[in-house]
Amino acid sequence: MAGKGQTKEAAQAMDGGVVLHPQKKMRKKRRPYFYVKKVLFYTVLLALSLICVIPLYWMLRSSFMKNTDIYSMRPFIFWPKEMLWSNYTDALKSADFGRYAVNTMVIVIGCLAGTLLTSSMAAYAFSRVKWKGRSFCFAMILTTMMLPGSVTLIPQFMIWRNLNLVDTYRPLILPSFFGGGAFNIFLLRQFFLGIPRDLDDAARIDGAGPFQIYTRIMLPLSRSAMVVVALFTFLNCWNDFFGPIIYLNTKENFTLAVGLLQFRGDYSTKWNLLMAASTIVVAPCIVIYLFGQKQLIEGISLTGLKA
Amino acid sequence: MKKKKTIKMSTWNNIVGWGFALPAVLGFLIFNLVPMVLSGYYSLCDYNIIKTPEFVGFKNFIALFTGQEKTFWLSAKATVLYAIMAVPANLIFAFMIALLLNCDMKMRAFFRSLFYLPCILPAVASSFVWILLMNPDFGLFNTILEWLHLPKSQFFWGKDSVLPSIVFMGIWGTGSTQVIFLAGLQDIPSVYYEALEIDGGNAWHKFWNVTLPMISSTLFFNLVMGIINALQVFGQAYIITEGGPNNASLFYVYNLWRQAFKYMDMGMASAMAWVLFLVVLVLTAFVFKTSNKWVYYEGGEE
Repeated sequence: MAGKGQTKEAAQAMDGGVVLHPQKKMRKKRRPYFYVKKVLFYTVLLALSLICVIPLYWMLRSSFMKNTDIYSMRPFIFWPKEMLWSNYTDALKSADFGRYAVNTMVIVIGCLAGTLLTSSMAAYAFSRVKWKGRSFCFAMILTTMMLPGSVTLIPQFMIWRNLNLVDTYRPLILPSFFGGGAFNIFLLRQFFLGIPRDLDDAARIDGAGPFQIYTRIMLPLSRSAMVVVALFTFLNCWNDFFGPIIYLNTKENFTLAVGLLQFRGDYSTKWNLLMAASTIVVAPCIVIYLFGQKQLIEGISLTGLKA
Repeated sequence: MKKKKTIKMSTWNNIVGWGFALPAVLGFLIFNLVPMVLSGYYSLCDYNIIKTPEFVGFKNFIALFTGQEKTFWLSAKATVLYAIMAVPANLIFAFMIALLLNCDMKMRAFFRSLFYLPCILPAVASSFVWILLMNPDFGLFNTILEWLHLPKSQFFWGKDSVLPSIVFMGIWGTGSTQVIFLAGLQDIPSVYYEALEIDGGNAWHKFWNVTLPMISSTLFFNLVMGIINALQVFGQAYIITEGGPNNASLFYVYNLWRQAFKYMDMGMASAMAWVLFLVVLVLTAFVFKTSNKWVYYEGGEE
């Protein structure tokens, strides 16, 4: 059903592409006006892009400067006078970022494994198998997207505390082995619905059971959607500070995000080091984004939701 | 053998379905439903972290609403003020960007990715950059204001300017909303615009009579999510302002977090959580209820 809907949409999009040409031809008649509009349009667009990029530029710029240069108002410095790469080594030395990075990776890998496995399983059940209670369970899981996290926060914390697991990574990793979040289930389900059922039927005739259909057909065919889920999960884990500040107490267990928070407390006046440390934490996100931006944005467009 | 299988097909399907969905369903029970019920119970208890919960009825709620717990109304006020500013600001800005990106243009994918970029950055790092940018003494923003001969601002450090500053910073991170708007805009069939063009409609007519009605369901969705998210603002208060200055940014969830994890009053914090939950529920229901007056769904009326 939804598969048909998608192809219809694709056809519509293609129609749109074809229709654009006559429009262009029509506009050719009023050329000067057209160019004025174009220039205005790109000016606004570039101005907005600039606003969007300035904070990032500012972080980089400050990370290479002497601290005294950051504090100077007049003359104001837009470009570092000299590139002080030593800020980065100083920042790395003044906090245990190596350890924080390892900790973060442990959590990220755990969450990735849990989310990819269990959210795709749930999506398979919700899209391909007809079972009693399916729509009820699906609706229940979807409502959790609207549920304020603070309602469940305190009992969750008390449960982990009573299990004596606070200050370990289990409260941060284990939940992702239980469905991996409503958004991911929804995203994968939408994608699975678009995979033609004929493939399952053919496999079933060849003697494949539901498990084989899941591993041999659904998973390989939905690689692109799984990439989206993986990207979102990576970014969420990497950036999360709320979970770690609640569940991690000792410095040795901190993640990068919390380590960075701590860094501010200890070095609040050394803006150059702070910005260098921020850049170090931000860099992997940007690298991941450079590779996955198209998939990420299509993931949001596909579901009409945000993670 | 084969016959048996066909008879038991529905049972078999039930086993497979529940089997595959089991982790997710368990997750819903363990991490959502049970905690929700528990927090409802805690909210009726005197419960600091060390003692066992002791049932006291509505004492916590009474303390909240009568102002015995002084910070409650302060934080409610700060959060509502923030939401009133942030929700429209975010929606309008995101919609404007989406409209721009929906124009016939080169490198749309590039700009779309660029505007989405701030969303993927760690909140801690981007907050630090904004603290630096908005520093009253040596930040970039005050320098620019000075050049333009405009009055300088205290930004995060002034009790009147802190909320607008946080809203401004939030606009920077509305990439997801922009993407959702853009997807909605691109779903509008171009025939509607062509029909209007033939009838001699101008850009304003197109916007008012086609774009706005056709995007209204997306707008509605973004509005609901925007309200829900704005009421739960936490990070900026935790990272940047710590509720200050003079409690102007003492956001509700930040106050709740403080109640629970600083003062260890789990009962009071649970009561606050349930108040928030009910408010979100009522607001969402209200917006849904009024939505049929202004939201247009393609596929006609029921």
